[in-house]
Amino acid sequence: MTAFLEMTNVSKVFSAGIIRRQHTVAVDDVTMTIDEQSPSILAVAGESGSGKTTLARLLLGVIPPSSGEVVYRGQSVDDLSREQRRTYLREIQPIFQDPFESYNPFYKVDHVLTVPAKKFDLAASREQTMRLIEEALDMVGLQPAETLGRFPHQLSGGQRQRVMVARAMLLRPRLIVADEPVSMVDASLRATILESIRRMKQDLGISVVYITHDLTTAYQIADNILVMYKGSVVEAGSVEQVIRDPKHPYTQLLVSSIPQPDPSLPWGAEGEIAGDPESMEVAATGCKFVDRCPVAFEPCSGQRPPLYHEHPSRAAACFQYDKSPALEGQNLDVVFEPQLTSQAAGGSGEPAAN
Amino acid sequence: MNNRAVLTVNDLRVYYDTPAGTVKAVDGVSFDLRPGERLGLVGESGSGKSTMALALMRMHKPPARIAGGEVLLDGVGDVMDLDDEGLRRIRLDRLALVPQGAMNSLNPVMRVRDQLADGIRTHEPGDDRDALTARIRAQLARVGLDADVGGKFPHELSGGMKQRVAIAIGTSLSPSVIIADEPTSALDVVVQRQVMETLRSVQEEIGASVLIVGHDMGLMAQIADRMGVMYAGKLVELAPVHDLFTNPQHPYTRLLIESVPTLMAKRALASIPGAPPTLINVPPGCPFHPRCPSAFEPCDSEVPLPMSQNGRVVSCHLYPEQAA
Repeated sequence: MTAFLEMTNVSKVFSAGIIRRQHTVAVDDVTMTIDEQSPSILAVAGESGSGKTTLARLLLGVIPPSSGEVVYRGQSVDDLSREQRRTYLREIQPIFQDPFESYNPFYKVDHVLTVPAKKFDLAASREQTMRLIEEALDMVGLQPAETLGRFPHQLSGGQRQRVMVARAMLLRPRLIVADEPVSMVDASLRATILESIRRMKQDLGISVVYITHDLTTAYQIADNILVMYKGSVVEAGSVEQVIRDPKHPYTQLLVSSIPQPDPSLPWGAEGEIAGDPESMEVAATGCKFVDRCPVAFEPCSGQRPPLYHEHPSRAAACFQYDKSPALEGQNLDVVFEPQLTSQAAGGSGEPAAN
Repeated sequence: MNNRAVLTVNDLRVYYDTPAGTVKAVDGVSFDLRPGERLGLVGESGSGKSTMALALMRMHKPPARIAGGEVLLDGVGDVMDLDDEGLRRIRLDRLALVPQGAMNSLNPVMRVRDQLADGIRTHEPGDDRDALTARIRAQLARVGLDADVGGKFPHELSGGMKQRVAIAIGTSLSPSVIIADEPTSALDVVVQRQVMETLRSVQEEIGASVLIVGHDMGLMAQIADRMGVMYAGKLVELAPVHDLFTNPQHPYTRLLIESVPTLMAKRALASIPGAPPTLINVPPGCPFHPRCPSAFEPCDSEVPLPMSQNGRVVSCHLYPEQAA
């Protein structure tokens, strides 16, 4: 496998306050690889304050990690030359949540398409630029004639977000980091956007990191998922394993809390949830979920549970599974599909392989 | 059981006058709210659901205006005919709002207990200080908040706690009708469930009826007894929630349900072709006909009338034989 982007033990700590300095660990020791040869859609799921957006910003190179390294094509993102950084910025494209705030209301929507095309020298001529733009719009199901020449407020939220997807595609990236791309789009239009994201992987071979609080859409479009809680990865693996059969009590709580659009299905698990789900306090030692966990036992408040590899394509950071081996170096790659198979093809199926 | 409707809405019309034309945000909506029921009202943005929720309490803001229809509140009469004093008397006391995004509806410079006391004192001035304090304490406990929350300011509370405070205020006078406008739209799933459970338990305790406005089909399926679907200012279907999900009749309802992803099965995500109309230029006939896979000859010229049968109402030309 060819590592396109690697995170090795990446953490991000935010500090606030002058006299009583407070530290928030937004991302806590994440190690994973985004592969180039076998594109996949990875969902990063969590609630507000889980660190999922911080993880996205680390991948995009918008903020530097506090410790650990983000490595792009074998080289630390910190050490990229000007020219390499330019390629890095083109090859990793963001799609943001709010399809309105991403626009300057004074410019026509063409602006968000022509400017990057020019900046990254995508085309030799004006005509060629327009052709590329029209192709990109076609791919997301927009009619160029009905889209170009308009102002952002003249398009619906769904159309605006699709123009953003087209903008990302235009640059022929290798990785798209989409941060809650459909949370502000109406239900009937959501599917179109998710479908165009899925097509990026299938037709163009682009990998996608899909940041979301919504496990249902994650289940629908992603291959793999990592679930974050207060900065830590609590569970990771294929979506089939993690969402259909969650092992970490936090993932179980999240999945059972989703109201299913079927009145005959129950909502929520038995028993009340302990603790305040919105408290930002984190125990200095032990599992971060311990004060809310219905099955917490002795070791849970003593030390942080590592990610236990309790299923070939799933790992859970919970002491209930301490019979299974811990993931070597907390490296998530071994639980993600299809990398398991690509590794097996390379002659190494060991969890330690990297 | 008393089956008389607590709230009856007849042909309500709310229009916005804009320089570009008249926007018919709510265009002839009729339904009734039965005692003790939870009625869900879903619609996409621009369907008119929030405008209608506010108009029921006459809390709509200009340029919105009531262009017609009546809202009959049991024991009061037509809310649309009340003068300012009459409105002041029924708001909170009989008809209460639990607003969308409580972060923006609480007063940032008032302690929670003073905001609760405000409404109680205005409507029921008899209580002495101790009685009022006890009432506030009980009201906070009812929504699952500690008494010390009363001494806090809104910015000291989390999103879920603020929404609980909004429920505490909205139910403090045991109103007969609660209008909840997207009460949990900004909350995480776990908190959303807790807040919805709280709303449900308080509503059952005081025996109120509740109209829940929202866009989340999953949430509605779990919380509502009956459910209405709005499209382009019209109520296109209204049915008991189980019937609506197992056997949707209006093509828009069916497509809307199919477009909701579930955890049950992975499938190609369906979406409804086209986009909702702008309400200035609503298509003639059925407003959904340009996007409707079942549209036939009368749909682009005749507005379908609501037909009711077996406790369901649907406005679609596919169901003419059900004329009551």
